[in-house]
Amino acid sequence: MTNEENMTEVLTGETDRRVASSATASPTSLRVDGVTAAELHAKGVHAWFGERMVLENVDLVMERTKVTALIGPSGCGKSTFLRILNRMHEIVPGASLAGSVDLDGEDIYDPNQRAATIRRHIGMVFQRPNPFPAMSVRDNVLAGLRFNRIKSKHKDEIIEEALTKAGLWSEVRDRLKDMGGALSGGQQQRLCIARALAVKPAVLLMDEPCSALDPGSTLRIEQTVKEIAHEVTVVIVTHNMQQAQRVSDKTAFFLSQDGNPGYIVETGKTEDIFARPQDPRTADYVQGRFG
Amino acid sequence: MTSELAPSPLKLANKRSNEDRLFRGVTRGAGLATFVILALIGVFLFIEALPAFRSQGWRFLTNTGWQTTGAHPQFGVLSALSGSIIIAVIGLIIAIPVSISCALFINEYAPDTLLRFIPFKNFLTAAVDLMAAVPSIIYGMWGFFILQPHMVGLEKWLSTFFGSLGIFQNTSGAYTSSFFIAGTIVGIMCMPIITSLCREVFSLTPSGEREGAMSLGASRARVIRDVVFPFSKGGMIGSIMLGLGRALGEAIAVAIIIALAFPLNFHVVQAGGNSIAALIALQWGAGGNLGTSALLAAGLVLFILTLIINMIASRIVNASKMAGR
Amino acid sequence: MTAVMDSPDIEDSGEIEEKKVSAIRRIRPKEFKPSDVVILLLTLAASYSIIWIIFAQLTLLSGALGFVVLWIPTFLFLYWFVNRQMFTRQVAVDRLIGSIVTLGAGIMMLPLVMLTIFVFQKGLPLLSWDVLTKTQQGVVYTGPSGNNIGGVAHALVGTIEEVAIAAAIGIPAALLTAVFINEVGGRFTKSVRVVVTAMSGTPAIVAGVFIYSIWVTKFHYSGFAGALALAIILLPTVTRGTEEVLKVVHNDLREAAIALAAPEWRTVWSVVLPTARSGLITSVLLGVAISIGETAPLIMTIFGNQVMNANPFVGPQMGLSLLSYKQIKLPIQSQIDLGYTSALVLFVLVFGIFILARILGAQRKGSGGGRRSLLSFVRWTPGSALEPNESAVVKKEEFSSD
Repeated sequence: MTNEENMTEVLTGETDRRVASSATASPTSLRVDGVTAAELHAKGVHAWFGERMVLENVDLVMERTKVTALIGPSGCGKSTFLRILNRMHEIVPGASLAGSVDLDGEDIYDPNQRAATIRRHIGMVFQRPNPFPAMSVRDNVLAGLRFNRIKSKHKDEIIEEALTKAGLWSEVRDRLKDMGGALSGGQQQRLCIARALAVKPAVLLMDEPCSALDPGSTLRIEQTVKEIAHEVTVVIVTHNMQQAQRVSDKTAFFLSQDGNPGYIVETGKTEDIFARPQDPRTADYVQGRFG
Repeated sequence: MTSELAPSPLKLANKRSNEDRLFRGVTRGAGLATFVILALIGVFLFIEALPAFRSQGWRFLTNTGWQTTGAHPQFGVLSALSGSIIIAVIGLIIAIPVSISCALFINEYAPDTLLRFIPFKNFLTAAVDLMAAVPSIIYGMWGFFILQPHMVGLEKWLSTFFGSLGIFQNTSGAYTSSFFIAGTIVGIMCMPIITSLCREVFSLTPSGEREGAMSLGASRARVIRDVVFPFSKGGMIGSIMLGLGRALGEAIAVAIIIALAFPLNFHVVQAGGNSIAALIALQWGAGGNLGTSALLAAGLVLFILTLIINMIASRIVNASKMAGR
Repeated sequence: MTAVMDSPDIEDSGEIEEKKVSAIRRIRPKEFKPSDVVILLLTLAASYSIIWIIFAQLTLLSGALGFVVLWIPTFLFLYWFVNRQMFTRQVAVDRLIGSIVTLGAGIMMLPLVMLTIFVFQKGLPLLSWDVLTKTQQGVVYTGPSGNNIGGVAHALVGTIEEVAIAAAIGIPAALLTAVFINEVGGRFTKSVRVVVTAMSGTPAIVAGVFIYSIWVTKFHYSGFAGALALAIILLPTVTRGTEEVLKVVHNDLREAAIALAAPEWRTVWSVVLPTARSGLITSVLLGVAISIGETAPLIMTIFGNQVMNANPFVGPQMGLSLLSYKQIKLPIQSQIDLGYTSALVLFVLVFGIFILARILGAQRKGSGGGRRSLLSFVRWTPGSALEPNESAVVKKEEFSSD
């Protein structure tokens, strides 16, 4: 696809060549090649808010072009873990962490990595849809390019592609000038997905993306997740066990007990976790006995 | 009961006790008293200013001199009015960038604690608040004795290199007691107010949008430009307008610094200037009965001016809020 | 793991964890690395030397201020340029904005520091028990400077009396007005709020000339007239502040009181006001702190005098700010020095009230008064829909409880 190639060129254009050129100075050069899905590997991740430890020794491989679901009861540290994966954790005052997160073998917490660059390559969709209300649908999709000063002659193509992937194109093709806040809740969330996809991330993190939506919109988002998983690694936090079963290839079960830090009880193929859990606590949880 | 009767909502009678009626009456009285005070300000200033208006008529707004005694009194508020505006504009030009920077620093950049034990953010906020509470007399003294000598060098430089622009021209060779110095002090006095209000507005930026931008790889500067500023536009304009109101009305600091001069003057780095508030403070007790009346008339002009500015400011803020939500 | 941050058992377990994992290297990611600090310092030094060289040529722009004025833009440009060369354009812009903003905060703090030093340096030498207890009675301004400089006692007494009367009039009126706007309401709520806004924007000197025209023309200069003017300045400030504090009180509390069949005034008096107490104290004290330093409205209301007049209702009085204003215009150095001392006393008074407000306001965390800027109480936007900020703690918990 020439279109695809154009975008690749666009995205690996000015800014990334900069990264590449400065790579001689720094030991790592993160993903200068740009756009294909990548594997994310968290090793020995701990997390604190102030002096309170909320996550302990989490190891997890999130495989390339697979959907990994993070499940577990409230307060078990799933979201904290997810935010560690694209360096959003550190923006909370007093937050700290330990361990490393490798994106295709490169540690995103390497002192030479810039958080903003990491976040460009590892996108995120939030619990509550958060399109920029003062921007039009079109500008919302292009926001990531704008923030990263990526110039492109193919803006229209980028918009169409991102919105198509997010399953929103047919609904908004005539409303690109409308404000982002004018869409319905489900549409807003898909707009946020399109916005994240427009910068061609290697990984897309989704923090309970459907928890604020109705069942119909949830279904649409789940379809979207399955479709985009071919080209981007997806990590999704969810409270809905059916959803985890429907969309994910792999599931990690988080748990924290009595205010102790959260940890991973069990990881495995989704079907195994739900059908043949190894740990009794997992069995209890997936069968709805608690949580 | 006939079916023709449409259902009508029940009228609830809520009979308040006597003490509650008294309570409501007293508080409402207090609320309405503010109306009365505001109206009285206008009315009484107008009544007391009448002799001045009778003496000069509309020329009060266009005259520049201040001769209130003698057989042919001639006075007007024009040069004082333009001086007030010049000082306020200089003040705002200085205050706006510093205040917005400082508000951004406190909100977006400053660490919560410094060296693990100094509550840095709270400390800065408190310092800004304290600056707002420092009496204007102290600002004026500091400006006159400490800042002015430093400013003169800058003024000379400005008049040498930019004198051809007109406003930086200096025809007298005296650089002290100028609009520029008075405006700088007034700007410094406005800074804490604008900073505090802007900081408050910035801190209300929804975290969802902020994080949305960050998750797309936006740098801090980008978040400020594309999320914080668009959201805070109305509030920023409002706080600047409030700063403008304060700058226009500052009397004592300006009175200490400026050398009262009545001709219309736009040379900002030259000694001599005028402002309504400073004029009232400096001329009080001089110029006889007509002089006092004239000063009250000037006060009325200042009152109306600030009233208009405040009304416009609140309109802008409200309108931008409606649009933002 | 939501709102249990301060419960003891969690604290304990946290400490145990701490010991167990003490070998783990904790990361607190920083965008600004030691090498960046070096770049920053080098740039500062380079821009300093450049300006130093140029400055030697441009002798016209003399003085420290001129130097700094040139140094700042040179540094900013150089810093941007260096980062542009070494990293990306985004990094350069980000750092440029960061340094501008930091500079802004520095410039902001500079006057406060200098003011404080100035007031103490100039005012302290003369400060003595003698000066605090003597008045200006019998002091002749035209004679040779020296032995008789007088004191500030009459001004101190005047200031305290005037502010006390102003507070006695203004604060109850302000509280009632705020209660009207926030608790009682009615047709006029909005317009009262607009009027209070307009009043808070009215210059202090206008309050002075107003009191002159309505009161002094009939009853002559007196401390009471000054107090009236100060009350007019105090009223809108305290009203806005109180209103903000009352807004923070949860509606559940009011409903609970109503459900207990409490009359309206009881709900306000026994439930709403006590809940907002620390915030109320802060807003009241801030209003007092601001009004205590006003000078302009005193000129045409209390007029000023040289002798002790402890009766605020008859005859001219003095105030500390007015005394300073009059003294520094005198041609005798020792009298100017007395003006400094008077300003120092005033500064200490304001500072004391300010600190008191800060301490009392921060007492109870839940009431919403503590963490916020005191100046947010003089917020003026009518119908302000601004919600109180969420504190950082709340945000933290939101994140951690996934």
